[in-house]
Parts: sequence; C-alpha cells; structure tokens
Amino acid sequence: MGLPEIWFGVIVAAWVLFFVLEGFDFGVGMIAGLARRPLHERDAAVRTIAPTWDGNEVWLVGAIGLMFAIFPEWYASVLSSLYLPMVLILLALAARGVALEFRGKYHGEGEERWKSRCDTVMALASLLVVALWGAVVAVLARGLAINQEGEVVGSSWTRSIDPLLTWQAAAGAAGGVLTALLVGALFLSLRTTGPLRNWARGLAFRVGGVVTAGALVAAALTTEPVVALIAVPALLATVAAHLGREGLAFTGGALTIALATVLGLAWHAPTLLPSTLDPAWSVTMDGAITSDFSLGVISWAALFIMPAVLIYQAFSYWVFRRRITSERVVTA
Amino acid sequence: MDVTDLARLQFAVTTVYHYLFVPLSMSLSLLTAGFHTAWLRTRHEHLKQVTVLCGQLLLITFAVGVVTGLVQEFQFGLSWSSFARFYGDVFGPTLAIEGMLAFFLEATFLGLWFFGWDRLPRGVHLATIWIVAIGTQLSAFIILSANSFMQNPIGYSIDAETGRAELNDFSTLLFNKLNLAAYPHAATGALMTGGALLLAVSVWNQLRRPSSIGSDRAAVRVMGRVGAWVMVVAGAGTAITGDRLGVVITEVQPMKMAAAEALYSTTTGAPFSLFSYAGPGEAEPSIKIDIPGLLSFLATHNFHGTVQGINDLQAQYVQQYGDGNYVPWVPVAFWSFRLMIGVGMTAAALAALYLLVTRKDRDLPAFLHTPRLRPVAVLVPVVIGLMPLAANAIGWIFTETARQPWLAFGLFKTGDGVSSGLTAAEVVISLVGFTLVYGVLAVVWVRLLCRLVRSGPGAEHAGHGGDHGDDHADGHGDPHASSPDPGAADRLALTY
Repeated sequence: MGLPEIWFGVIVAAWVLFFVLEGFDFGVGMIAGLARRPLHERDAAVRTIAPTWDGNEVWLVGAIGLMFAIFPEWYASVLSSLYLPMVLILLALAARGVALEFRGKYHGEGEERWKSRCDTVMALASLLVVALWGAVVAVLARGLAINQEGEVVGSSWTRSIDPLLTWQAAAGAAGGVLTALLVGALFLSLRTTGPLRNWARGLAFRVGGVVTAGALVAAALTTEPVVALIAVPALLATVAAHLGREGLAFTGGALTIALATVLGLAWHAPTLLPSTLDPAWSVTMDGAITSDFSLGVISWAALFIMPAVLIYQAFSYWVFRRRITSERVVTA
Repeated sequence: MDVTDLARLQFAVTTVYHYLFVPLSMSLSLLTAGFHTAWLRTRHEHLKQVTVLCGQLLLITFAVGVVTGLVQEFQFGLSWSSFARFYGDVFGPTLAIEGMLAFFLEATFLGLWFFGWDRLPRGVHLATIWIVAIGTQLSAFIILSANSFMQNPIGYSIDAETGRAELNDFSTLLFNKLNLAAYPHAATGALMTGGALLLAVSVWNQLRRPSSIGSDRAAVRVMGRVGAWVMVVAGAGTAITGDRLGVVITEVQPMKMAAAEALYSTTTGAPFSLFSYAGPGEAEPSIKIDIPGLLSFLATHNFHGTVQGINDLQAQYVQQYGDGNYVPWVPVAFWSFRLMIGVGMTAAALAALYLLVTRKDRDLPAFLHTPRLRPVAVLVPVVIGLMPLAANAIGWIFTETARQPWLAFGLFKTGDGVSSGLTAAEVVISLVGFTLVYGVLAVVWVRLLCRLVRSGPGAEHAGHGGDHGDDHADGHGDPHASSPDPGAADRLALTY
C-alpha cells in the first residue's frame, strides 16, 4: 500500500466525518422545522448544533479540497458530470447555513414568526441536501456514463440529472434522509433534557427500525450481501435507543452512516469512478493521482495539520458538552 | 452567448458576491478581537457593547461567506473541469492546505468565541477570536497565492506526456512576488470595509437617534472614531500597497497596465490619463485629459520610464503565442481602475473629515439634524458603508477581466478551460439559481444588518447565543435565560 491508497483512505475518512457530523446537523434541522414541536424546544434543538455546525461543514471543504489536490481527475469528473445535482446541493447548503445562523439574530416584534420561517427553510434545505447526497453516493457506486475525457455524455440539459433517475439513486436518497433523521434524533436525545429528549429517543427508535429493515431490503434488491452489514449498527442504534443507552445508540447511528459512506465510495476501489460505457474510460487511482511532488507537499502539510484539527474540534465539542434544557421555565 | 461566456458570467457573479463578505469577515474579525482586548484591559462597559455588536455583524457575514465560498471551491470542477485537470496539480494542494490550515480554524473558533462567553476562561476566550482573525488573514494569503499563479505562473513545470502543469516548488508558488504585493493590498482594502461599516453604523445612529443617544453615546462614538481611523490608516496603506502592486503588474503583466491606462503605443515619460473617450470604431481615443509623466512614474517610479503600449504588446504576444487577440476589454480595464482608486480614496477622505468634525468630543454639526436635511443626511452613512465594498469589488473586476484572454497568463486560455460536456442550458439554469438564491441572501443579510444597526450598540440585541433555551448542567439555572420572552437585559448573558 502506497501513498495513493493511504490518501484515498484519508479522503473517504473526510467524507465519513462530513456525513456523520453534518448528518446529525441536517437531522436536527429537519426535526426542528418539520416536527411541529413548540418554539422553546426548537430553540433548544438548534442550540445543540449552533456552535459547531460550521466546523462540521468545513469537512466538506476538506473532502472536496483533498479530492482536488490528490486526484484532480476524480474531482473534475464527479463535479462536472453531476453538474446540476451539485449546484442544487450548494444552493440548499447556502439556504440551510444562512437560515440556521440568522434565526437567532432577530429580536423584538415578529421574532417568533421569523424563527418559524427560518426553521422551515432550514428543514426543507436539510432534507434536500441529504436526499441529494444519498442519491449521489449511490450513483457513484453504480458508475456514470463518462467518456474518455471523464465527462458524462449527452447534449441535453438533463445530462447530469439522468443518472439520478434510477431506483438505486432513489434508494440512496431515502437512505440519506432516514439515516440523517436517525442520527439527528439520537443527537438530540444525547444533548437535551426533558420532554424533547424523550420524544427524540422515541423517534430514533422508530426511524432506526425503518433503517434496519431498509438496509436488508437494499441488500436483497442489489443481491449484494455486504449491504446487509449496514443493518448491524442500525439495529444496535435502535435497540440502544429503546433501552435508553443514548451514547451507545448514537455510536450505532454514526457507524451506520460511516459504513454506508465507505461502501458507496470504495465499492470499486482502486477504481474511483467507473464508466458504464467502457471500463477503459473509468477514472482510476493510478490514472487520477497528482504528481509525486504535490503529493509530498500535501502529505507533509496534512501530517502536521490534521491531528491539530481533530484535537481542536474535539475540544470544541468538549466545551459544549453540557445538555441543553428544553423545558419552559415559568417566571413569576 | 456561448457556454464559455455564460460560465464566465457565472464565475464573475458568484465571485464578486462572495468577495463582498470576505473582506468584511477579514476586517470585522480583527476589529472584534481588538475591541474585545480593549474591553478586557479597560473594563469599560461600552467597549463590551461594541465587541458584541461587531461579533454579531461578523457572524452573520461569515455565514454568508462560508456558503458562497463553498460554491467557489466546487466551481472549478463544475464548469471549468478542463482547467481543473490542467492545473489541479498546482491549485489542488493550495486549496486543500487553505481549507485544512485556515478554514477549519476560522469556522471552529468562531463558534467557540460566539458561544463560549460563559464557558471558557477569559484568556482562552479572548484567544479564540484572535485565532479567527489570524485564520482569516492566513486564508486570504493562501488563496491569493493561487490567484497570483493565474496572473503570474511560477513554481511549476509542464509534464511532457500529459501536457499538464505540475507543481515543482511550493514556496515559490506561495511567495510569488505578485502575491507579496497583492496580499497587502487586498488586506488593507479589506480593512477599509470593516472600518466603513463601523463608521456607517455610528453615523447612522447619531443622525437617527440624536435624542436617545445618551446611554449609548460612548459606544456609538468609539465605533465611529475607531472605524474612521481604520479607514484613514488602511486607506493610506491601500494607496501605498497599490502603488507597489502597480509596479509589479507592469513587470509581469504589462498588458494589464497598458489596458488600465488605455495606452496604445509604447511611450517614454507616459502621461496618466484622467479621462479618455474613444468614439465608435476608433482604435485610439479622440478625447483625453492627461497628466504628463505620471503613468511612467506609477509604473516604474521614474517620470521618464518607458511603458509598453497595447499595440506593441499585441504584436509581441502574436509572435510569442501565435495568432489571436491578446487585448483585454480596454474600457472596462480603464474605468474600473479609475473607479477603484476614486471610490476608495473618497471614502478615506470622508473618514478623515469625520475625524476632523468630531475631534475633542464634539458631536456631528447640528445643521445635519434640521428637518429638511436629515432625510438626505441619513443616506450618507449608507454611502460610506458601501464605498470600500464597491472599491474592493471593482478592483477584482479589473484584476480578472484585464487578465483575459488568459486563465493562467501566457499558459492557458480561458476558452480552453470550460468543462467539455457542459451545455449552455445547464449554465443558464445554474446561473438563474445562483442569482435568485444570492439575491434572497442579500436581502435577508441587509435586513438583519439593519436591525442590528438600528438597535445600536446597546444591550438590546446583545444575546450571547441568540437562541434562548440556554444550556444548564442541571436544567434549572438562571430562570430568565430560558423564559419564553426574556427582556432585553436578560439577553446580555455575557458572564465572566
């Protein structure tokens, strides 16, 4: 195993961190906007993710940046071939981030209406983002109709949408939404107190059951037994949520997403992006790798920087480790 | 318009928009850190109010900067994949290191600062905002090195087999002499935007609420004075660094300076033209107002220096790179160059005037408050706040359009960079999407900014996290903090 393989692993790890960390942010976002919980509970829910979501989203910047740096061909092929879905993801991410950040900065008359609007935008954007990412990961595992230049073929404007119109992509989208909802509910049950905590735990139990069953169905449909493995951590999360073991349940939820991400991205390794037209046109690790010099620069930089990033991000989670109360305190 | 033109338009729209928020973040983080430090040293209450207001402005600005920056990072792959393949080896590491080194710092520590008031020891808490400020500067420097490569490609070699650019010297790329001139110019220009925002907020409050200013007076005053000082000092810095940058550009991109000056023939002792008009179909302008020798001085620091003209450079480039049109769009270059300087310097002059008028604890002159003048006077802060932002944006329009037809100067043409499979319809759809969403973001951002500004630097909006329903280890802490509608004072939950 050489540097290219190690770096492929690091990039997959960066995607895993993004999907797990932002997974619960999106899940909490969906819950806050769509579950019709009272305002003080929505406030508490948003408070659980507000200090750290930005740091979590940076893992997307990291993952994409590293793809560009290590396998420029992979970066270029994936983004240009999935042009419109990617643009839609970016627009939804923009709406989500701004709604989340702006919702608490408006005080005085009309504050409640403002927050409700922000919550709705945040929820719908979160839903769109996880559905699209789920579909994209499924599509990447399936392969794209890319030509010799690494670009998806076709001259109509639907060129980059067509790959998403398959049942695998639909299943990926459903999987994305459900797993995000699962970790979102588990995160809330871990970080809040009172009625919201209990309600979130119950939601996690129900969603966890659906995710477990869904993984088994997906394994049967794809006739790939390895997909059934995803059901294991999902089941763990479901059972642990029922037993009130919140830490264990959250670990199970995170592992579910991690496993699905690794399977999706590394399905064809060492091929990075298979061409469904001609295997010779597939983007491979060896073909897409950057020059030795660049690889050296980025490797040395990462060796020093990455551990520091992980340490200070862990520090920020430690600082905000206390539970957030969702109980309405009546003042005399 | 063909695909390339549309993709260029999209890149221009998204970049200029993104760059409204970048310089504001760069300067507001420094200003917030400065006010926070000053408050801890003096313990003056009004400095805390200003710190919190600055921090709020920084946070909403940073949020828009992040989401629009993400679009930029994706865009090289989305619409410019041929260019991404060509120079991914050079640009990829730069972009990845910027993300890992600087962007993670900014995003994580801004969250820690904003929500960490009552959870971090005060020294650590102060350090978090300084880390954000340093992170933004670092981020700008590294990204500008990638841009400098496109203006003045160095530190690479061309792979004989694939025909692609490969990095061979990272420190050369990072410390490109163009970057060493461009970064200080961008940094001082950015500082002016934050100073202008503070000054604008201050003047607006002074004009709008002269009677209720009492308790906030110290805070409003310090914002205005500090903002104006920052504008004046950074304005001088922008002029000095701009002068230096002009010399380096003349050296590495002579065509850009020739276009900026609409100088068609190579001239010794070239004049600086204040105004130039070329009628339709005329190659040379028919109406000109010139200052003799000044251009030569600006470009070479010698009144009798020789500046190359557009026609001679065009002939030289045809010989060097083959047939083609190597002349950028001259009117855009000429006017954007003048507007950038004019708008920026006028803003600095207005700030100097403010310092003069309000010296020795004086208030703004009473005639501004007369019923007839006030509606007009209130527009002044709006204009002041926008001027440096406009100058920054126009400066980038100049830098990027006057580089055409090159993506990487002398190395890779814009027309060759666009994704090979991309259709015009796809770009139209995404362009409409970006325009709509960015438009809504702008409206909401401005509305929110106005609300923060309207409430002034007092305690009203100074909630530390914004969302109440505060956290408590035991679930029954301060009852006010999680009451459904806490009063204004309760939101000031800044505890040390």
